[in-house]
Amino acid sequence: MPSDLIHQYMRIDHLPHIWCPGCGNGVIMRDVAVALDELINDPDTDFDRDNIVIVSGIGCSSRAAGYLDFNSIHTTHGRAIAFATGIKMANPKLHVVVLTGDGDCSAIGGNHLIHAARRNLGLTVICFNNDIYGMTGGQYSPTTPTGDKATTAPYGNLDRPFDIALLAAGAGASFAARGDVFHARETTAIIKQAMLHKGFALVDVYSVCPTYYGRKNKKGDAVEMLKWQRDNLIPMNRFNVMTPEDLAGKKPIGILAENDFPEYSEEYQKLIDRFAAKGKKEGERR
Amino acid sequence: MIGRKKLVIEESWCKGCGICAAFCPKQVLEIKKEKVTLKDPAGCILCGMCELRCPDYAIYLVNQEE
Repeated sequence: MPSDLIHQYMRIDHLPHIWCPGCGNGVIMRDVAVALDELINDPDTDFDRDNIVIVSGIGCSSRAAGYLDFNSIHTTHGRAIAFATGIKMANPKLHVVVLTGDGDCSAIGGNHLIHAARRNLGLTVICFNNDIYGMTGGQYSPTTPTGDKATTAPYGNLDRPFDIALLAAGAGASFAARGDVFHARETTAIIKQAMLHKGFALVDVYSVCPTYYGRKNKKGDAVEMLKWQRDNLIPMNRFNVMTPEDLAGKKPIGILAENDFPEYSEEYQKLIDRFAAKGKKEGERR
Repeated sequence: MIGRKKLVIEESWCKGCGICAAFCPKQVLEIKKEKVTLKDPAGCILCGMCELRCPDYAIYLVNQEE
């Protein structure tokens, strides 16, 4: 029998999940469940079980839509944001949460990502970023760091990696943030803020893949990889007061961009209302 | 009356990754035969760090009714 939280929000007949020992995805999925639990139980929000939709694409990360017990849809590779766009436009009252991976959302789905961000459509995108294609055997992804090895980069990756949070912000997302597996409480709070945000909100959550990325790059086991996150990914409040010497090689986690841009489905509704009012006026004149 | 908390291990869900044991602030957990065990029940302070970090939801705290 699992804990109350897991029992309440996950399809326990599908658990234990298929992710490898030490995979960070389980922690991120729990962060999402905790964030949703807090929002559902907050009387100041309208979140409830029935107005939340979980959408995923393809990859290790995207199995999460099968485990989370909400209205959920597991779609095709790279198209999670495209399906989510359809759902949100058909019923803007829904809270649409996209669970995707670095490959799913920034390679094959890269165009959907930047254009949903540009439109500022009110979706919450949680990217489980493990720097590799885990499910298909460890090929390098758009976030694999330069020089790191993968099954398709045996001599080291020549590409420069995307920073998905900054990519989304650059493409016009009104909310872009970064989280990780080690800082689970901080990341849960960031995910919750992303869900409450009105426009396009992306949280790039650094996962750990000990099986493919870690082993291939001699980064140690899951514990060692989490210690790396502890020492190198720094919550924003601490990051901002550190000296440049202490910051060498470190990255902040937290909210990187937050703006109040017009939200796409609301703008679309305004257009509909404008024409409805015009049609009514013309009808009266006839 | 507030019930005391209790640590529960769902052994069949544990994949033996060792994250809980490594990050336990009291070092009361250990991995034996690829499964987590509570080696020092008296030393456990029921902080819930293991529950927060377990990727497999195999270890957690429950409220124990008195």
